[in-house]
Amino acid sequence: MTIETTAAQTAAPATGETVTMTYSEAVRDAMRIAMAKDPAVFIMGEDVGTYGGAFGVTGELINEIGPDRVRDTTISELGIMGAGVGAAMTGMRPIVEIQFSDFTAQAMDQIANQAAKIHFMLGGAVNVPMVIRAPGGSGTGAAAQHSQSLEAWFVHIPGLKVVMPATADDAKGLLLSAIDDPNPVMVIEHKLLYKTSGEVRTGDIRTPLGVAAVPREGKDLTIIATGVEVSRALEAAEILAADGIEATVVDPRTLKPLDSDTILRTVKATGRVLLVQEAVRTLGFMSEVSAIISESDAFGYLRAPIKRLAGLDIPIPYAPKLERASVPQVEDIVAAATDLVRKW
Amino acid sequence: MNTQIVANRELAAASLATMWKIRRFEEAVEDLYGRGLMHGTMHLSIGQEAVPTGACLALNKDDYITSTHRGHGHCIAKGADMERMMAELLAKETGYCRGRGGSMHIADTATGNLGANGIVAGGVPIATGAALSAKMRGTKQVAVSFHGDGAMGEGAWHEGVVLAAMWQLPVVFLCENNLYGMSMSSEKAFNLDQLSDRAKGYGIPGVTVDGNDVQAVYDATKEAVDRARAGGGPTFIEAKTYRWRGHSKSDKNLYRTRDEIDEWRGKDPIPLFEAQALAAGGLTQADIDAVRDNVRTELRSAVQRANAAPDATADDLLSAVYAR
Ligand SMILES: Cc1ncc(C[n+]2csc(CCOP(=O)(O)OP(=O)(O)O)c2C)c(N)n1
Ligand SMILES: [Mg+2]
Repeated sequence: MTIETTAAQTAAPATGETVTMTYSEAVRDAMRIAMAKDPAVFIMGEDVGTYGGAFGVTGELINEIGPDRVRDTTISELGIMGAGVGAAMTGMRPIVEIQFSDFTAQAMDQIANQAAKIHFMLGGAVNVPMVIRAPGGSGTGAAAQHSQSLEAWFVHIPGLKVVMPATADDAKGLLLSAIDDPNPVMVIEHKLLYKTSGEVRTGDIRTPLGVAAVPREGKDLTIIATGVEVSRALEAAEILAADGIEATVVDPRTLKPLDSDTILRTVKATGRVLLVQEAVRTLGFMSEVSAIISESDAFGYLRAPIKRLAGLDIPIPYAPKLERASVPQVEDIVAAATDLVRKW
Repeated sequence: MNTQIVANRELAAASLATMWKIRRFEEAVEDLYGRGLMHGTMHLSIGQEAVPTGACLALNKDDYITSTHRGHGHCIAKGADMERMMAELLAKETGYCRGRGGSMHIADTATGNLGANGIVAGGVPIATGAALSAKMRGTKQVAVSFHGDGAMGEGAWHEGVVLAAMWQLPVVFLCENNLYGMSMSSEKAFNLDQLSDRAKGYGIPGVTVDGNDVQAVYDATKEAVDRARAGGGPTFIEAKTYRWRGHSKSDKNLYRTRDEIDEWRGKDPIPLFEAQALAAGGLTQADIDAVRDNVRTELRSAVQRANAAPDATADDLLSAVYAR
């Protein structure tokens, strides 16, 4: 396999510098770097080639890398996922793009019963180093079958790792770590974040899996949020600060394996916890975080009951007002945090 | 021999009106969306109007259809009201789904439309199930599964057809082959001269027709529906057509040429039908003009009334999650 020079050039080692790019460009940059470095890495999915991906994430990569490794498929999620598993078991490192995380439902046998379990079932004889990239989340008016936040499904399957990048830099760093990882890794990107920009480290950088980020520290409460709710939590924290409430914001980044240490440390420091997820409330990821805190010695530090803010237990509706009302917004976070701090 | 639609004044006028309704409805939607007055995503079937028009003409009101993400045409052809459709797309309480569904989940069960579907091939096994139900209940209803060429890459397509063939169900699998599933050309995707060649492998009859010709679609559907009602089992129909617009708003048309699009615009099903109707004596030029003008007026008032309706309200957002 030959590698185009443009791709090879961007595979330069980490420089310590940063550049402003969108979340979507950061994902593409990670894939370009990984493909330049390792001919075993390839992308496969619906319309990832000339079309550039349903959300434009692969963009013009096909022109740089060629159609062999930026591989268009038929509309066959189960088949694509199975092909990814087979390729991963036999020396390749596929990045499978699913157009909307909702369509992992089509591919679920290959994800849950094959990819996640093969290493274990075969007594460790074979690895499945596959990355699944899929955009999740609401906010685009695409309604119930294109807007779900399904991370809990995947966290519930031993054998899978699950990451949810909330910033452009993490979108790149976590994806590169996921590609390195010898396990199947589910990367749940967020469609509302694709066009957001941030400072991204240049070159072949990493954000380690299993390490939480603490983008803001404050003494009054700890807000733990995932995905698009991280930026909403940070925006809320600004508003709260103006009102004299200092919030710590924790972004777990990797949901499995989870960095419980950082969570517990920050909870002990503030004694108040607000958990924020876009996904529906019942048995959501934050239910687990709540349980972890309750079972730990951080429990003794709590000055207030643990509070969850989550999506309503409903399918995401189409109408803009209804869609907005379905998941936590900045003002909901501000209100819940204020309530926690003022009441307790 | 089937009814010659173009020679029959009533049927010709109705068919032409259906095609114009689909065209005008979608042009209005495109305009509203472009001006930021409509939200969400859009899949337009402009250029493909003859398929649902011809197919639904062969159906009774209580026959079922399952539709797709590109479903405005199916919905209109099966008899839905444009005002309530428009209200749904405008996120109004008076819409078919009270603003919960939008374009991609629009349905009108009163006219047998079991719903558009955001999942490619999602409606295929559902049509099989509707046909199973019709058979078990001893009705003479038939189900038509509208689906795209791209849907034939899905496992759901295979499984839906296998069950229908095994049980010899009254269902028609109607593939609108508009030559692409998003950017993937059906010619490249499927190693077949025509998609109907696949039917043989499932043990059911298959036929390919000109999907821009209302009569051809009607004839094929009528034959399949008659067979299904008589207990003769499922049929696969490939109707070859073309979508003029991009797949959705994210489409930059990088995978096809301007020449190809222009070539197919030259095969516009509406003037084609008008010319046939004039030649066959079914419609006069005055009839044709009247149909077009009436649809325009009807659509305009549908948009106005839909716009004036109350917005969908979040007050009882939890109400329809579970049936009571
Ligand atoms: C299971 C699933 N996979 C992918 C998609 C994204 N998607 C929506 S429509 C479409 C193309 C469908 O092609 P086709 O069946 O030919 O219908 P057309 O759009 O041409 O009418 C794709 C890939 C989806 N909605 N559902
Ligand atoms: Mg198609």
